[in-house]
Amino acid sequence: MILNKLDMDLLNTIADIKGVPSGALNVRLNGTAVLRQSSPNIMVGPNADGSGLLVEIKPGTHDETVHVPVILTQAGLQDKVYNTFIVGEGADATIIAGCGIHNESHAVSQHDGIHEIIVKAGAKLKYTEKHYGEGSPAGKRVLNPTTIITVHAGGSAELEMVQIKGVDNTIRSTVAHVHEKGSLKIIERLLTQDEQQAESDIEIILEGSDSTAQVLSRAVAQGQSYQVFRAVLIGKESCLGHVECDAILMDKARIKSIPELQAEKADAVLTHEAAIGKIAGEQLIKLMSLGLTEDDAVNTILEGFLR
Amino acid sequence: MLKMENIHMQVNNDSGEDIEILKGINIEFAKGKVYAITGPNGGGKSSIAKVIMGIYRHSKGRILLNGEDISELSLTERAMKGIGYAFQQPTRFKGLTIGSILKIASPEADPMHIRKYLRDVGLCPEDYLDRDLGAGLSGGEIKRIEMAQLLLRSPLISIFDEPEAGVDLWTIQKLLGLILSRYKNNTTKTAVIITHNEKIIPMCDEILVVDGGVITAQGTPKEIWHLIKDDIECKVRYQCQGDVIYDIK
Ligand SMILES: Nc1ncnc2c1ncn2[C@@H]1O[C@H](COP(=O)(O)OP(=O)(O)OP(=O)(O)O)[C@@H](O)[C@H]1O
Ligand SMILES: [Mg+2]
Repeated sequence: MILNKLDMDLLNTIADIKGVPSGALNVRLNGTAVLRQSSPNIMVGPNADGSGLLVEIKPGTHDETVHVPVILTQAGLQDKVYNTFIVGEGADATIIAGCGIHNESHAVSQHDGIHEIIVKAGAKLKYTEKHYGEGSPAGKRVLNPTTIITVHAGGSAELEMVQIKGVDNTIRSTVAHVHEKGSLKIIERLLTQDEQQAESDIEIILEGSDSTAQVLSRAVAQGQSYQVFRAVLIGKESCLGHVECDAILMDKARIKSIPELQAEKADAVLTHEAAIGKIAGEQLIKLMSLGLTEDDAVNTILEGFLR
Repeated sequence: MLKMENIHMQVNNDSGEDIEILKGINIEFAKGKVYAITGPNGGGKSSIAKVIMGIYRHSKGRILLNGEDISELSLTERAMKGIGYAFQQPTRFKGLTIGSILKIASPEADPMHIRKYLRDVGLCPEDYLDRDLGAGLSGGEIKRIEMAQLLLRSPLISIFDEPEAGVDLWTIQKLLGLILSRYKNNTTKTAVIITHNEKIIPMCDEILVVDGGVITAQGTPKEIWHLIKDDIECKVRYQCQGDVIYDIK
């Protein structure tokens, strides 16, 4: 096996993988695919120019999962990959992506993942992407994911994007086009600590009538960290869009939330809600009255909030 | 079992001045008894509970639990020692499920036990265990979950703050039955119910009336229930002095 214990631990953290999962799979380690397998309904192969993967999920596939995690353990590596995912008509599938970086050096380890996702008519996708970094404080772990997703008529997609911890710098860019009767839900959960910085830009264009989009962002910023959250909803037809941004601020951290709603039709209904604040004192008191110490109470609240 | 000796408590009001909320409270809660604390709104009932729990710190006096002075103990330490409080206004949490708060309330409770207490407060475990303790719950539901936590914890002293508020008639009767049967004649524990409910008050072993930060009456229902009613009416009339519309006599 090419994967050692460290690799397996990272895979477990970002993709809940213990051992090699059955079914379609691609594991990218330090810039090269070390494990790749297709399943009868999910083809995993190189894309045309060799810059990444092409994953094709056959129309009508029912309840299948493909894992495409990325791990970086070689210090100072700058890895960039372009992946395309096509979820065929009427298919119902789960994509588990994610990236884990272990960096013990003083150098910068960086992964830029550009994912293009096409959800064909009537298809249903659940996409999960977890990011995690670990190693020496002197090194830097940088993750810049770009996601471009198109949801065709009657299709639906749920993207869950999580930054577990340990990522020093991230610029996340997500662009979505949702067509007639299509629906999209984006759940983003980010934790930043120490001097870490995170920026998330989400732009959703509701192109078709009766399309819907929902963005739920939960952020926790600790230490001196800084987060910027930008969400743009553009409603071109009669549609429903909602952005919700909830953030807990601790220590000396800062968070900026910038919503933008752009309605181009009278029956585009777009809403936005944002709340940034510290941990509610009454929540701490409640948990402490059940016997938790203050630290345990804080952790319980944060875990729940980012769950 | 739990004794408050000359307890004073003050808070800082919005203009930054100290105002005294509790002005010399003396109470002894004995094991095996169920107490009712009543009195007008703003009288100081919840403040007494919060001082016992350690949420508010008293400025004068002592609190003893089975003879041990717990005045200096923190909120967490008091919870571990056996003090429990079901809040008048339960807190909502985003992301914490009902199952997980019950597990926090009683880490060693097995799932069967947790389910039982949910059923006891009239909630079907299948429907509620995985639900968020957040904005989606109704006022009565969250209140019942608050009580389930305290019943499950079953500390030495359980203080229920207005359990009847927002809770339907049938559930509150069942709950009251549960509290009375569990704590009356209990050899180690006691329960205190802060309440305005005229059905609950006379069923308790002892009644305390708190008004203006002091205890204005104390006794068994037989001794004082009829007096208290009149007293409270007087108080209401007094509060609305000059406002003829509210003169209830
Ligand atoms: N943290 C606080 N800051 C300012 N005033 C307070 C604070 N806590 C309590 N008080 C005041 O102390 C008094 C007693 O409040 P408390 O909540 O104990 O009343 P209560 O008897 O429980 O009333 P109710 O029947 O309405 O629940 C009230 O006048 C209240 O406004
Ligand atoms: Mg009260």
